Amino acid sequence: MRLDREVAQRVDRLELPFNALGIDPYGVSKWHLRVSLTSLSALYKWYFTVETTGIEHVPARGRAMLIGNHSGGIAIDGAMVIASCFLEMDPPRLAQGMVEKFLGRLPFMNTWTSRTGQFPGLPEHAERLLEEDRLLMVFPEGARGTAKLYRERNSLVEFGTGFMRLALKTKTPIVPLAVLGGGEAFPTIANAYKLGRLLGVPYVPLVAYGLPVPLPAKVQIQYAPPMVFSGSGNEDDAIVFGYVDQVKEVIAKMLAAGAKRRRGDVPQLER
Amino acid sequence: MRVLIPGASGAIARKLVVRLKNEGHEVVGIDRRPWHDAPVEFHTVDVRKRAAEDVFRKFRPHAVVHMATVTSLVVFGEERYQINLGGTRAVFDHSRAYGVEHCIFVGRHTYYGAGPDSPLFHKEDEPPLALNVFPELADLVAADLYAATALWRFPELTTTVLRICYTLGPSGHGTLATFIRGKRVPMVLGFDPLFQFMHEDDVIESLVLTLAKRPRGVFNVAGPQPLPLSRVSAEADRTPIPIPRWVLENMIGRFGFPKLPKGALTHIEYPVVVDAAAFREATGFDHRYDELSAIAAFRTAFPRPRSD
Repeated sequence: MRLDREVAQRVDRLELPFNALGIDPYGVSKWHLRVSLTSLSALYKWYFTVETTGIEHVPARGRAMLIGNHSGGIAIDGAMVIASCFLEMDPPRLAQGMVEKFLGRLPFMNTWTSRTGQFPGLPEHAERLLEEDRLLMVFPEGARGTAKLYRERNSLVEFGTGFMRLALKTKTPIVPLAVLGGGEAFPTIANAYKLGRLLGVPYVPLVAYGLPVPLPAKVQIQYAPPMVFSGSGNEDDAIVFGYVDQVKEVIAKMLAAGAKRRRGDVPQLER
Repeated sequence: MRVLIPGASGAIARKLVVRLKNEGHEVVGIDRRPWHDAPVEFHTVDVRKRAAEDVFRKFRPHAVVHMATVTSLVVFGEERYQINLGGTRAVFDHSRAYGVEHCIFVGRHTYYGAGPDSPLFHKEDEPPLALNVFPELADLVAADLYAATALWRFPELTTTVLRICYTLGPSGHGTLATFIRGKRVPMVLGFDPLFQFMHEDDVIESLVLTLAKRPRGVFNVAGPQPLPLSRVSAEADRTPIPIPRWVLENMIGRFGFPKLPKGALTHIEYPVVVDAAAFREATGFDHRYDELSAIAAFRTAFPRPRSD
Protein backbone atom coordinates (compact mmCIF):
# COMPACT_ATOMS: atom_id res chain seq x y z
CA MET A 1 0.00 0.00 0.00
CA ARG A 2 1.20 3.50 -0.73
CA LEU A 3 2.53 5.18 2.37
CA ASP A 4 0.19 8.18 2.25
CA ARG A 5 -2.83 5.88 2.02
CA GLU A 6 -1.59 3.72 4.86
CA VAL A 7 -1.04 6.85 6.98
CA ALA A 8 -4.48 8.22 6.10
CA GLN A 9 -6.11 4.94 7.12
CA ARG A 10 -4.17 4.88 10.36
CA VAL A 11 -5.08 8.50 11.14
CA ASP A 12 -8.73 7.53 10.69
CA ARG A 13 -8.26 4.75 13.21
CA LEU A 14 -6.77 7.00 15.91
CA GLU A 15 -9.12 6.90 18.86
CA LEU A 16 -9.33 10.67 19.37
CA PRO A 17 -12.56 12.71 19.59
CA PHE A 18 -12.37 14.37 16.17
CA ASN A 19 -15.32 16.50 15.05
CA ALA A 20 -16.88 16.57 11.57
CA LEU A 21 -13.98 18.69 10.29
CA GLY A 22 -11.45 16.20 11.64
CA ILE A 23 -10.35 18.47 14.49
CA ASP A 24 -10.25 17.41 18.13
CA PRO A 25 -10.97 19.70 21.12
CA TYR A 26 -7.26 20.58 21.38
CA GLY A 27 -7.09 21.57 17.73
CA VAL A 28 -5.31 18.36 16.67
CA SER A 29 -6.19 18.07 13.01
CA LYS A 30 -6.41 14.97 10.84
CA TRP A 31 -5.12 16.89 7.86
CA HIS A 32 -2.02 18.10 9.71
CA LEU A 33 -1.50 14.61 11.14
CA ARG A 34 -1.68 13.06 7.67
CA VAL A 35 0.87 15.46 6.25
CA SER A 36 3.33 15.29 9.14
CA LEU A 37 2.98 11.57 9.82
CA THR A 38 3.48 10.73 6.14
CA SER A 39 6.89 12.37 6.23
CA LEU A 40 7.72 10.98 9.67
CA SER A 41 6.72 7.51 8.52
CA ALA A 42 8.94 7.79 5.45
CA LEU A 43 11.86 8.79 7.66
CA TYR A 44 10.98 5.99 10.07
CA LYS A 45 10.86 3.29 7.43
CA TRP A 46 13.48 4.26 4.90
CA TYR A 47 15.83 6.92 6.25
CA PHE A 48 16.46 5.96 9.86
CA THR A 49 15.22 2.38 9.22
CA VAL A 50 13.92 2.37 12.77
CA GLU A 51 13.82 -0.89 14.65
CA THR A 52 11.24 -0.89 17.44
CA THR A 53 11.09 -3.55 20.14
CA GLY A 54 8.71 -3.94 23.04
CA ILE A 55 5.87 -1.91 21.51
CA GLU A 56 3.47 -4.30 23.29
CA HIS A 57 4.43 -2.55 26.53
CA VAL A 58 2.63 0.61 25.42
CA PRO A 59 -1.00 0.29 26.61
CA ALA A 60 -3.50 0.12 23.74
CA ARG A 61 -5.86 2.47 25.56
CA GLY A 62 -5.92 4.62 28.64
CA ARG A 63 -3.46 7.05 30.10
CA ALA A 64 0.24 6.30 29.96
CA MET A 65 3.47 8.23 30.00
CA LEU A 66 6.34 7.41 27.66
CA ILE A 67 9.56 8.43 29.37
CA GLY A 68 12.67 8.44 27.24
CA ASN A 69 16.20 9.68 26.75
CA HIS A 70 17.08 12.41 24.34
CA SER A 71 19.21 11.23 21.47
CA GLY A 72 20.49 13.69 18.90
CA GLY A 73 20.74 17.45 18.69
CA ILE A 74 17.32 17.88 17.16
CA ALA A 75 14.14 16.10 18.16
CA ILE A 76 14.65 13.00 15.98
CA ASP A 77 13.95 10.87 19.06
CA GLY A 78 10.53 12.34 19.76
CA ALA A 79 9.56 12.23 16.09
CA MET A 80 10.53 8.57 15.77
CA VAL A 81 8.76 7.59 19.00
CA ILE A 82 5.60 9.24 17.65
CA ALA A 83 6.06 7.34 14.39
CA SER A 84 6.63 4.03 16.18
CA CYS A 85 3.42 4.32 18.25
CA PHE A 86 1.57 5.34 15.11
CA LEU A 87 2.94 2.64 12.82
CA GLU A 88 3.61 -0.30 15.11
CA MET A 89 0.53 -0.19 17.36
CA ASP A 90 -2.84 -1.56 16.43
CA PRO A 91 -4.98 0.51 16.68
CA PRO A 92 -2.44 3.28 16.28
CA ARG A 93 -1.93 5.79 19.08
CA LEU A 94 -0.84 9.40 18.97
CA ALA A 95 2.00 10.05 21.36
CA GLN A 96 1.69 13.65 22.49
CA GLY A 97 4.92 15.32 23.45
CA MET A 98 5.55 18.26 25.67
CA VAL A 99 7.57 20.53 23.45
CA GLU A 100 10.01 23.23 24.46
CA LYS A 101 8.17 26.47 25.17
CA PHE A 102 10.24 28.50 22.71
CA LEU A 103 8.62 26.59 19.83
CA GLY A 104 5.30 28.20 20.78
CA ARG A 105 6.72 31.59 19.86
CA LEU A 106 7.96 30.55 16.43
CA PRO A 107 5.58 31.21 13.54
CA PHE A 108 4.51 28.04 11.63
CA MET A 109 6.29 25.80 14.14
CA ASN A 110 3.70 26.93 16.67
CA THR A 111 0.82 25.90 14.40
CA TRP A 112 2.32 22.60 13.24
CA THR A 113 3.25 21.40 16.70
CA SER A 114 -0.15 22.17 18.18
CA ARG A 115 -2.15 20.79 15.23
CA THR A 116 -0.28 17.52 15.59
CA GLY A 117 -0.88 17.32 19.32
CA GLN A 118 2.56 18.41 20.49
CA PHE A 119 1.83 21.11 23.06
CA PRO A 120 4.08 23.44 25.05
CA GLY A 121 5.45 21.68 28.11
CA LEU A 122 3.13 23.15 30.71
CA PRO A 123 2.02 21.07 33.70
CA GLU A 124 -1.59 22.02 32.95
CA HIS A 125 -1.37 20.47 29.49
CA ALA A 126 0.27 17.29 30.71
CA GLU A 127 -2.22 16.75 33.49
CA ARG A 128 -5.24 17.43 31.31
CA LEU A 129 -4.07 15.08 28.56
CA LEU A 130 -3.53 12.30 31.09
CA GLU A 131 -6.91 12.92 32.71
CA GLU A 132 -8.37 12.40 29.26
CA ASP A 133 -6.53 9.08 28.96
CA ARG A 134 -4.12 10.14 26.27
CA LEU A 135 -0.59 8.94 25.63
CA LEU A 136 1.93 11.47 26.86
CA MET A 137 5.57 11.49 25.77
CA VAL A 138 8.11 13.17 28.04
CA PHE A 139 11.87 13.52 27.79
CA PRO A 140 12.78 14.47 31.35
CA GLU A 141 16.28 15.54 30.32
CA GLY A 142 14.72 18.54 28.58
CA ALA A 143 16.84 20.81 26.40
CA ARG A 144 19.92 19.65 28.36
CA GLY A 145 19.31 16.25 26.79
CA THR A 146 19.20 17.35 23.17
CA ALA A 147 22.35 19.39 23.82
CA LYS A 148 24.34 16.19 24.41
CA LEU A 149 27.41 15.97 22.21
CA TYR A 150 28.22 12.97 20.02
CA ARG A 151 30.53 11.41 22.57
CA GLU A 152 27.84 11.72 25.23
CA ARG A 153 25.16 10.23 23.00
CA ASN A 154 24.36 7.15 25.04
CA SER A 155 24.57 8.81 28.43
CA LEU A 156 21.84 10.42 30.47
CA VAL A 157 21.88 13.88 32.01
CA GLU A 158 19.84 14.82 35.05
CA PHE A 159 16.14 13.97 34.95
CA GLY A 160 13.51 16.45 36.08
CA THR A 161 11.04 15.21 38.67
CA GLY A 162 7.92 16.88 37.31
CA PHE A 163 6.91 13.85 35.29
CA MET A 164 7.04 11.57 38.32
CA ARG A 165 4.96 13.85 40.51
CA LEU A 166 2.42 14.06 37.71
CA ALA A 167 2.40 10.27 37.24
CA LEU A 168 1.79 9.83 40.97
CA LYS A 169 -0.95 12.44 41.06
CA THR A 170 -2.78 11.11 38.01
CA LYS A 171 -2.02 7.43 38.70
CA THR A 172 -0.41 7.00 35.31
CA PRO A 173 1.75 4.02 34.36
CA ILE A 174 5.20 4.93 33.08
CA VAL A 175 6.61 3.18 30.03
CA PRO A 176 10.39 3.74 29.95
CA LEU A 177 11.95 3.81 26.52
CA ALA A 178 15.42 4.08 25.10
CA VAL A 179 16.27 5.70 21.78
CA LEU A 180 19.59 4.78 20.23
CA GLY A 181 21.10 6.17 17.08
CA GLY A 182 19.92 9.77 17.28
CA GLY A 183 23.44 10.73 18.29
CA GLU A 184 24.88 9.05 15.17
CA ALA A 185 22.20 10.59 12.98
CA PHE A 186 22.93 14.05 14.31
CA PRO A 187 26.48 13.98 15.67
CA THR A 188 26.68 17.30 17.46
CA ILE A 189 30.27 18.46 17.95
CA ALA A 190 29.36 21.71 19.71
CA ASN A 191 26.39 23.87 20.55
CA ALA A 192 26.27 27.56 19.65
CA TYR A 193 24.45 29.13 22.57
CA LYS A 194 25.03 32.77 21.57
CA LEU A 195 23.74 32.18 18.05
CA GLY A 196 20.75 30.42 19.60
CA ARG A 197 19.97 33.41 21.74
CA LEU A 198 19.97 35.61 18.63
CA LEU A 199 17.54 33.25 16.91
CA GLY A 200 15.31 32.86 19.96
CA VAL A 201 16.15 29.19 20.56
CA PRO A 202 18.13 27.66 23.46
CA TYR A 203 21.13 26.77 21.25
CA VAL A 204 22.06 25.80 17.70
CA PRO A 205 23.67 22.35 17.41
CA LEU A 206 26.68 22.24 15.08
CA VAL A 207 27.77 19.19 13.13
CA ALA A 208 31.19 18.43 11.64
CA TYR A 209 29.86 18.26 8.08
CA GLY A 210 28.30 21.72 8.27
CA LEU A 211 24.76 21.13 7.08
CA PRO A 212 22.32 20.74 9.97
CA VAL A 213 20.71 17.71 8.32
CA PRO A 214 20.58 14.33 10.09
CA LEU A 215 22.50 11.43 8.59
CA PRO A 216 20.69 8.20 7.71
CA ALA A 217 21.91 6.31 10.79
CA LYS A 218 19.88 3.38 12.06
CA VAL A 219 17.68 4.33 15.00
CA GLN A 220 16.52 1.79 17.56
CA ILE A 221 13.67 2.29 20.01
CA GLN A 222 13.14 -0.08 22.87
CA TYR A 223 10.16 0.05 25.21
CA ALA A 224 10.29 -1.53 28.67
CA PRO A 225 7.35 -2.92 30.65
CA PRO A 226 5.20 -0.28 32.37
CA MET A 227 6.22 0.82 35.86
CA VAL A 228 3.53 1.86 38.32
CA PHE A 229 4.30 3.99 41.36
CA SER A 230 1.73 4.80 43.96
CA GLY A 231 1.47 8.07 45.84
CA SER A 232 -0.13 11.48 45.70
CA GLY A 233 2.56 13.51 43.94
CA ASN A 234 3.15 15.57 47.09
CA GLU A 235 5.88 13.32 48.48
CA ASP A 236 9.24 14.63 49.65
CA ASP A 237 11.87 15.22 46.99
CA ALA A 238 13.97 12.36 48.33
CA ILE A 239 11.17 9.85 47.68
CA VAL A 240 10.39 11.23 44.23
CA PHE A 241 14.08 11.25 43.29
CA GLY A 242 14.19 7.60 44.30
CA TYR A 243 11.34 6.75 41.93
CA VAL A 244 12.88 8.85 39.16
CA ASP A 245 16.17 6.99 39.59
CA GLN A 246 14.38 3.67 39.16
CA VAL A 247 13.03 4.82 35.80
CA LYS A 248 16.37 6.31 34.83
CA GLU A 249 18.12 3.06 35.67
CA VAL A 250 15.82 1.04 33.41
CA ILE A 251 16.53 3.45 30.56
CA ALA A 252 20.28 3.48 31.28
CA LYS A 253 20.37 -0.33 31.17
CA MET A 254 18.56 -0.42 27.85
CA LEU A 255 20.96 2.21 26.50
CA ALA A 256 24.04 0.32 27.67
CA ALA A 257 22.82 -2.98 26.25
CA GLY A 258 21.77 -1.31 23.03
CA ALA A 259 25.08 0.50 22.64
CA LYS A 260 26.92 -2.80 23.08
CA ARG A 261 24.79 -4.42 20.38
CA ARG A 262 25.35 -1.52 18.02
CA ARG A 263 29.06 -1.34 18.45
CA GLY A 264 29.78 -3.74 15.60
CA ASP A 265 27.55 -2.30 12.94
CA VAL A 266 27.86 1.45 13.39
CA PRO A 267 30.87 3.34 12.06
CA GLN A 268 32.77 4.86 14.94
CA LEU A 269 33.38 8.55 14.48
CA GLU A 270 35.36 8.78 17.70
CA ARG A 271 38.98 7.93 18.06
CA MET B 1 -38.90 37.35 39.30
CA ARG B 2 -37.97 41.01 38.84
CA VAL B 3 -34.78 41.25 36.76
CA LEU B 4 -32.84 44.42 36.07
CA ILE B 5 -30.43 44.43 33.14
CA PRO B 6 -27.82 47.20 32.95
CA GLY B 7 -26.50 47.27 29.38
CA ALA B 8 -29.83 46.05 28.01
CA SER B 9 -29.37 47.65 24.56
CA GLY B 10 -26.61 45.29 23.51
CA ALA B 11 -27.46 42.67 20.92
CA ILE B 12 -27.24 39.69 23.27
CA ALA B 13 -28.85 41.61 26.14
CA ARG B 14 -31.88 42.46 24.00
CA LYS B 15 -32.39 38.79 23.28
CA LEU B 16 -32.12 38.03 26.98
CA VAL B 17 -34.71 40.70 27.78
CA VAL B 18 -37.16 39.20 25.30
CA ARG B 19 -36.54 35.65 26.51
CA LEU B 20 -37.05 36.58 30.18
CA LYS B 21 -40.18 38.59 29.38
CA ASN B 22 -41.61 35.65 27.44
CA GLU B 23 -40.95 33.41 30.40
CA GLY B 24 -43.10 35.68 32.54
CA HIS B 25 -40.41 37.60 34.38
CA GLU B 26 -40.74 41.30 35.05
CA VAL B 27 -37.79 42.92 33.28
CA VAL B 28 -36.41 46.45 33.31
CA GLY B 29 -33.50 47.58 31.15
CA ILE B 30 -30.96 50.35 31.65
CA ASP B 31 -28.49 51.54 29.05
CA ARG B 32 -27.04 54.85 28.02
CA ARG B 33 -27.57 53.73 24.42
CA PRO B 34 -31.26 54.13 23.57
CA TRP B 35 -33.53 51.21 22.70
CA HIS B 36 -36.49 52.74 20.95
CA ASP B 37 -39.24 50.16 20.77
CA ALA B 38 -38.05 48.23 23.82
CA PRO B 39 -40.61 45.56 24.75
CA VAL B 40 -40.09 46.26 28.47
CA GLU B 41 -39.66 49.28 30.74
CA PHE B 42 -36.41 50.85 29.60
CA HIS B 43 -34.39 53.78 30.93
CA THR B 44 -31.88 55.56 28.75
CA VAL B 45 -29.47 56.36 31.52
CA ASP B 46 -25.86 55.70 32.42
CA VAL B 47 -25.64 53.10 35.18
CA ARG B 48 -23.26 55.38 37.08
CA LYS B 49 -25.81 58.22 37.26
CA ARG B 50 -28.27 59.07 39.97
CA ALA B 51 -31.24 58.20 37.75
CA ALA B 52 -30.00 54.61 37.50
CA GLU B 53 -29.98 54.30 41.27
CA ASP B 54 -33.59 55.46 41.23
CA VAL B 55 -34.44 52.52 39.00
CA PHE B 56 -32.93 50.15 41.59
CA ARG B 57 -34.84 51.94 44.36
CA LYS B 58 -38.23 51.90 42.65
CA PHE B 59 -38.06 48.56 40.85
CA ARG B 60 -36.44 46.59 43.71
CA PRO B 61 -35.12 43.81 41.46
CA HIS B 62 -34.56 40.28 42.75
CA ALA B 63 -31.77 39.76 40.29
CA VAL B 64 -29.41 41.95 38.28
CA VAL B 65 -27.60 40.87 35.11
CA HIS B 66 -24.75 43.31 34.62
CA MET B 67 -24.03 43.49 30.89
CA ALA B 68 -22.84 47.09 30.75
CA THR B 69 -19.14 46.54 30.13
CA VAL B 70 -17.31 47.42 26.93
CA THR B 71 -14.17 46.19 25.18
CA SER B 72 -11.21 48.17 23.91
CA LEU B 73 -12.47 47.55 20.39
CA VAL B 74 -15.55 49.67 21.01
CA VAL B 75 -14.59 52.38 23.50
CA PHE B 76 -11.12 53.90 23.76
CA GLY B 77 -9.11 55.36 26.59
CA GLU B 78 -10.12 56.68 29.96
CA GLU B 79 -13.84 56.46 29.29
CA ARG B 80 -13.64 52.67 29.05
CA TYR B 81 -12.10 52.51 32.51
CA GLN B 82 -14.92 54.66 33.85
CA ILE B 83 -17.61 52.52 32.26
CA ASN B 84 -16.14 49.16 33.20
CA LEU B 85 -14.94 49.90 36.70
CA GLY B 86 -17.21 52.76 37.75
CA GLY B 87 -20.20 50.99 36.27
CA THR B 88 -19.44 47.67 37.93
CA ARG B 89 -18.94 49.37 41.26
CA ALA B 90 -22.28 51.20 40.94
CA VAL B 91 -24.11 47.99 40.01
CA PHE B 92 -22.81 46.09 43.04
CA ASP B 93 -23.24 49.01 45.45
CA HIS B 94 -26.86 49.54 44.37
CA SER B 95 -27.53 45.82 44.40
CA ARG B 96 -26.45 45.65 47.98
CA ALA B 97 -28.23 48.84 49.01
CA TYR B 98 -31.59 47.86 47.49
CA GLY B 99 -31.82 44.26 48.60
CA VAL B 100 -30.96 42.46 45.36
CA GLU B 101 -30.62 38.72 46.00
CA HIS B 102 -28.53 37.69 43.00
CA CYS B 103 -26.10 39.69 40.89
CA ILE B 104 -24.53 38.29 37.72
CA PHE B 105 -21.43 39.92 36.24
CA VAL B 106 -21.29 39.01 32.56
CA GLY B 107 -17.57 38.97 31.80
CA ARG B 108 -15.38 37.60 29.07
CA HIS B 109 -13.07 34.63 28.69
CA THR B 110 -10.38 36.95 27.35
CA TYR B 111 -9.78 37.69 31.05
CA TYR B 112 -7.11 34.95 30.93
CA GLY B 113 -5.12 36.67 28.18
CA ALA B 114 -3.33 35.09 25.25
CA GLY B 115 0.33 34.21 25.10
CA PRO B 116 2.74 31.46 24.11
CA ASP B 117 3.03 30.28 27.71
CA SER B 118 -0.65 30.16 28.53
CA PRO B 119 -2.28 26.72 28.67
CA LEU B 120 -5.32 25.55 26.78
CA PHE B 121 -8.52 25.14 28.80
CA HIS B 122 -8.04 27.66 31.59
CA LYS B 123 -9.69 26.93 34.89
CA GLU B 124 -11.31 29.61 37.00
CA ASP B 125 -8.51 29.72 39.57
CA GLU B 126 -5.90 30.83 37.04
CA PRO B 127 -4.64 34.40 37.17
CA PRO B 128 -4.87 36.68 34.13
CA LEU B 129 -1.76 36.60 31.91
CA ALA B 130 -0.12 38.75 29.27
CA LEU B 131 -1.60 42.05 30.45
CA ASN B 132 1.78 43.59 29.77
CA VAL B 133 1.37 43.03 26.04
CA PHE B 134 -2.32 43.94 25.94
CA PRO B 135 -2.79 46.62 28.63
CA GLU B 136 -6.11 47.68 27.09
CA LEU B 137 -7.58 44.53 28.63
CA ALA B 138 -6.69 45.62 32.16
CA ASP B 139 -9.92 47.43 32.96
CA LEU B 140 -12.06 44.41 32.05
CA VAL B 141 -9.79 42.14 34.06
CA ALA B 142 -10.02 44.54 36.98
CA ALA B 143 -13.81 44.74 36.66
CA ASP B 144 -13.99 40.92 36.71
CA LEU B 145 -11.81 40.69 39.81
CA TYR B 146 -13.65 43.59 41.43
CA ALA B 147 -17.01 41.91 40.83
CA ALA B 148 -15.66 38.78 42.49
CA THR B 149 -14.85 40.77 45.64
CA ALA B 150 -18.61 40.98 46.21
CA LEU B 151 -18.40 37.25 47.07
CA TRP B 152 -16.71 38.14 50.37
CA ARG B 153 -17.72 41.77 50.77
CA PHE B 154 -21.46 41.17 50.43
CA PRO B 155 -22.07 37.60 51.57
CA GLU B 156 -25.83 38.19 51.65
CA LEU B 157 -25.78 38.94 47.90
CA THR B 158 -25.37 35.84 45.74
CA THR B 159 -22.74 36.81 43.19
CA THR B 160 -21.98 34.98 39.96
CA VAL B 161 -19.06 36.08 37.80
CA LEU B 162 -19.27 34.58 34.33
CA ARG B 163 -16.38 34.46 31.87
CA ILE B 164 -18.15 33.76 28.62
CA CYS B 165 -16.36 32.76 25.44
CA TYR B 166 -16.95 34.55 22.13
CA THR B 167 -20.45 34.50 20.70
CA LEU B 168 -21.40 33.83 17.13
CA GLY B 169 -24.81 33.81 15.56
CA PRO B 170 -27.42 35.61 13.53
CA SER B 171 -27.02 38.98 15.28
CA GLY B 172 -23.45 39.24 14.03
CA HIS B 173 -22.45 41.06 17.20
CA GLY B 174 -19.45 40.44 19.38
CA THR B 175 -15.70 40.53 18.95
CA LEU B 176 -15.33 37.40 16.82
CA ALA B 177 -18.36 38.11 14.63
CA THR B 178 -17.10 41.64 13.98
CA PHE B 179 -13.64 40.33 13.19
CA ILE B 180 -14.85 37.88 10.54
CA ARG B 181 -17.58 40.12 9.11
CA GLY B 182 -15.63 41.17 6.01
CA LYS B 183 -14.81 39.10 2.94
CA ARG B 184 -11.25 38.54 4.12
CA VAL B 185 -10.08 37.76 7.60
CA PRO B 186 -6.61 39.04 8.51
CA MET B 187 -4.42 36.52 10.31
CA VAL B 188 -0.89 36.72 11.64
CA LEU B 189 1.35 34.76 9.27
CA GLY B 190 2.46 31.51 10.87
CA PHE B 191 -0.19 31.54 13.60
CA ASP B 192 -3.65 30.01 13.67
CA PRO B 193 -5.00 30.01 17.22
CA LEU B 194 -7.99 28.09 18.45
CA PHE B 195 -11.09 30.24 18.88
CA GLN B 196 -13.76 29.23 21.34
CA PHE B 197 -17.23 30.49 20.66
CA MET B 198 -20.86 29.58 21.17
CA HIS B 199 -24.14 30.34 19.48
CA GLU B 200 -25.78 33.43 20.95
CA ASP B 201 -28.93 31.47 21.84
CA ASP B 202 -26.75 29.18 23.95
CA VAL B 203 -25.32 32.27 25.68
CA ILE B 204 -28.89 33.36 26.48
CA GLU B 205 -29.65 29.88 27.75
CA SER B 206 -26.57 29.95 30.01
CA LEU B 207 -27.71 33.29 31.49
CA VAL B 208 -31.26 32.07 32.03
CA LEU B 209 -29.92 28.97 33.77
CA THR B 210 -27.63 31.12 35.92
CA LEU B 211 -30.64 33.16 37.00
CA ALA B 212 -32.56 30.01 37.82
CA LYS B 213 -29.79 28.10 39.64
CA ARG B 214 -28.02 31.06 41.27
CA PRO B 215 -24.56 29.45 41.53
CA ARG B 216 -22.16 31.44 43.73
CA GLY B 217 -18.67 31.97 42.43
CA VAL B 218 -16.67 32.45 39.26
CA PHE B 219 -17.47 30.32 36.23
CA ASN B 220 -16.16 29.93 32.70
CA VAL B 221 -18.95 29.54 30.20
CA ALA B 222 -18.36 27.74 26.90
CA GLY B 223 -20.19 25.40 24.60
CA PRO B 224 -18.75 23.31 21.80
CA GLN B 225 -15.09 22.63 21.16
CA PRO B 226 -12.89 25.42 19.81
CA LEU B 227 -11.70 25.63 16.19
CA PRO B 228 -8.66 27.21 14.54
CA LEU B 229 -9.35 30.73 13.28
CA SER B 230 -8.58 29.66 9.70
CA ARG B 231 -11.32 27.01 9.86
CA VAL B 232 -13.80 29.37 11.47
CA SER B 233 -13.16 31.81 8.62
CA ALA B 234 -13.37 29.14 5.93
CA GLU B 235 -16.59 27.65 7.34
CA ALA B 236 -18.04 31.17 7.43
CA ASP B 237 -17.19 31.42 3.72
CA ARG B 238 -14.48 34.01 4.38
CA THR B 239 -10.93 34.02 3.09
CA PRO B 240 -8.22 34.01 5.74
CA ILE B 241 -5.34 36.24 4.67
CA PRO B 242 -2.09 35.57 6.54
CA ILE B 243 -0.05 38.75 6.91
CA PRO B 244 3.36 39.07 8.61
CA ARG B 245 2.93 40.54 12.07
CA TRP B 246 4.96 43.69 11.49
CA VAL B 247 2.98 44.47 8.34
CA LEU B 248 -0.30 43.81 10.15
CA GLU B 249 0.76 46.09 13.01
CA ASN B 250 1.16 48.92 10.53
CA MET B 251 -2.09 48.18 8.73
CA ILE B 252 -4.25 48.48 11.85
CA GLY B 253 -6.66 51.37 11.45
CA ARG B 254 -5.71 51.85 7.79
CA PHE B 255 -6.81 50.39 4.45
CA GLY B 256 -10.20 49.52 5.90
CA PHE B 257 -8.77 47.43 8.72
CA PRO B 258 -10.43 47.96 12.07
CA LYS B 259 -8.66 50.10 14.65
CA LEU B 260 -7.28 47.73 17.26
CA PRO B 261 -4.82 48.07 20.09
CA LYS B 262 -1.57 46.37 19.05
CA GLY B 263 -1.90 43.95 21.94
CA ALA B 264 -5.13 42.65 20.43
CA LEU B 265 -2.97 40.92 17.81
CA THR B 266 -1.82 38.44 20.45
CA HIS B 267 -5.41 37.21 20.47
CA ILE B 268 -5.07 36.19 16.83
CA GLU B 269 -1.69 34.58 17.51
CA TYR B 270 -2.40 32.56 20.63
CA PRO B 271 -5.56 30.87 21.85
CA VAL B 272 -7.76 31.72 24.82
CA VAL B 273 -9.65 28.54 25.58
CA VAL B 274 -11.50 27.84 28.82
CA ASP B 275 -12.66 24.79 30.73
CA ALA B 276 -16.36 25.25 31.47
CA ALA B 277 -16.89 22.01 33.40
CA ALA B 278 -17.64 23.79 36.70
CA PHE B 279 -20.42 25.83 35.10
CA ARG B 280 -21.98 22.76 33.52
CA GLU B 281 -21.82 21.02 36.86
CA ALA B 282 -23.38 23.95 38.73
CA THR B 283 -26.19 24.72 36.31
CA GLY B 284 -26.71 21.62 34.17
CA PHE B 285 -25.99 23.73 31.09
CA ASP B 286 -25.41 21.97 27.80
CA HIS B 287 -25.05 23.70 24.45
CA ARG B 288 -27.68 23.12 21.76
CA TYR B 289 -25.60 24.36 18.84
CA ASP B 290 -22.31 22.73 17.96
CA GLU B 291 -19.41 24.75 16.56
CA LEU B 292 -20.43 24.21 12.94
CA SER B 293 -24.07 25.16 13.38
CA ALA B 294 -23.06 28.32 15.25
CA ILE B 295 -20.87 29.31 12.28
CA ALA B 296 -23.64 28.34 9.86
CA ALA B 297 -26.09 30.61 11.70
CA PHE B 298 -23.66 33.50 11.34
CA ARG B 299 -22.98 32.69 7.67
CA THR B 300 -26.68 32.57 6.84
CA ALA B 301 -27.31 35.95 8.46
CA PHE B 302 -24.09 37.47 7.12
CA PRO B 303 -23.17 35.84 3.82
CA ARG B 304 -19.78 36.64 2.35
CA PRO B 305 -19.91 40.29 1.26
CA ARG B 306 -19.71 40.76 -2.49
CA SER B 307 -17.14 43.52 -2.15
CA ASP B 308 -15.35 44.97 0.83
